[in-house]
Amino acid sequence: MNEREPSSVDVLIASDQVPANARPESLSEEAIWALLDNVKDPEVPAISVVELGIVRRLSWDGKHLSVDITPTYSGCPATELIEELIVEALRAAGIRDPQLNQVLTPAWTTDWITAEGREKLRAFGIAPPQGNASKMSLLGAEETIACPQCGSDHTERISEFGSTACKALYRCSDCLEPFDYFKCI
Amino acid sequence: MTQQEALQEYLLRLADSDMILGQRLSELVGKAPALEEELASTNVALDLIGQARHWYEYAADLINNGRDADNLAFLRDAHDYRNLLMVEQPNGDYAVTIARQFFFDVWHYFTLQSLVNASDERIANVAAKAIKEATYHLRRSAEWVRRMGDGTEESHRRIQHAFDLLWRFTGELVTPDDTDHAMFKAGIGPDPEQLKQDWFGMVHEVAAQATLTPGKEDAWMYMGGKHGVHTEHLGFILAEMQFLPRAYPDATTW
Repeated sequence: MNEREPSSVDVLIASDQVPANARPESLSEEAIWALLDNVKDPEVPAISVVELGIVRRLSWDGKHLSVDITPTYSGCPATELIEELIVEALRAAGIRDPQLNQVLTPAWTTDWITAEGREKLRAFGIAPPQGNASKMSLLGAEETIACPQCGSDHTERISEFGSTACKALYRCSDCLEPFDYFKCI
Repeated sequence: MTQQEALQEYLLRLADSDMILGQRLSELVGKAPALEEELASTNVALDLIGQARHWYEYAADLINNGRDADNLAFLRDAHDYRNLLMVEQPNGDYAVTIARQFFFDVWHYFTLQSLVNASDERIANVAAKAIKEATYHLRRSAEWVRRMGDGTEESHRRIQHAFDLLWRFTGELVTPDDTDHAMFKAGIGPDPEQLKQDWFGMVHEVAAQATLTPGKEDAWMYMGGKHGVHTEHLGFILAEMQFLPRAYPDATTW
C-alpha cells in the first residue's frame, strides 16, 4: 500500500502515455463512458468494467475527471490492476490526472451486470448470474444453471468456488463440458 | 474506556479474526484434500483478508499515529492481536477445518447482519459488502457439515470429533465483554443476547440436520483471544505471516 517515489524513468513513461496532440477538453461524458467500455476486466476479459457494473459514476467538467469504482469482492486482487488499466486508458485519451475513488456503498451486486454483459459472458463460456441476488435464501435449495455451451439444464455444481472469487464451478451432464458460473451476489 | 477506544478495540477484533482465519486457510494451498476445496478455501481466505484490510484501514485512521493497515497486520505481536481463539486453531483434518469455519461463519454472519445497520456509516458500508461474502461462506460450510455429519460412518465420526474438539472455543464467540456492550449501546455491534440466541439457534438447526450432537452451552470455555491472551498457536502463525515484512521492512513490492 506504500507508494514508491517515482523515479525519472517512471515520469518519462507517464508523460509518454499522454499523446502530445490529445484534446481531452473536447471529450463528452458519453465519450468517456465509451472509452471505459473498452477497458476489459483482466480476469474475465469477455466483458468491460462498465458492463460488469464496477464503474459507478463519472464527473467531468472538461478538465477534471473523477471516477467512482466499486470492488466486486472485498479482497478482489484485480481491483488495483483495474484501477491501473482505467488510468492508462484515460491517459491515452489525454486525461492526465483522473481521480479514482473507491466506493463500497451501495455494495456491488451481480444485478448490475448489463444485459449485453450477460450475453457476452455466455458467449465466452461463462454462465451469467441468474435471478435476483436479494431473493436468494441462506440455506435454500440450489438453483438450476443452464450450460453456456449447449443450453442444457442438466448441470451439477462441482464447487461453490471457481478460478476467481466471483465464479463457481459447474459441469454439464449432457455435453460433459465443465464451465464457470458467475456467482449471484 | 472511551467510546473511541472501544471502537478501535472492536475494529481490531474484527480485522484480526478475519486476518488470522484467512492466514490459516491459506495454509491449505497445495495441501487441501481436493482441488475444488483448495479453490474454495483460498477464495474464502481472500474475502476475509480483503475484509480485514477494510477494518484495519478504519482502525489505523482512528489510531492516527502514523500506522497504516499493513503496519497493524504485520508489526503487532501475539499479545496485541485480538482475534477469537477459534480462528487460530490448526486446520487439523478437513472435518476440523470445516467445523471451525462453520462455527465462525455463523458468528460472522449474525455479527455482520447487525453491523450493516450500524450507526457508524463507515462500518455499515464495509459490512454491507462483507455480508454478501459471509453469507456465501456460511452456505458452503453448513452444507459441508450436513454432508459429513449425515454421510458415511467415518465422515460422521470425524465431524462429530471436530465439533467436540472445537466446542471449548465457541463460548468466546457469544460471551460479551465491556467492549461488546459498549458497541451495542453505541448502536454499532449486535445485541449480545440476540447474537447468542441466533448463534445457538443456527448451530443446533444445522447440527440436527447433520445428525450431530453439539456441546452444552454451559460447558467450560477457553476465553481470552479478545484480550490478547492466546493459545500457543498464534505465535507460530504470526512468525510465518510476518516474517517477510519484518525482515525486509523497506520492501514495498513482494
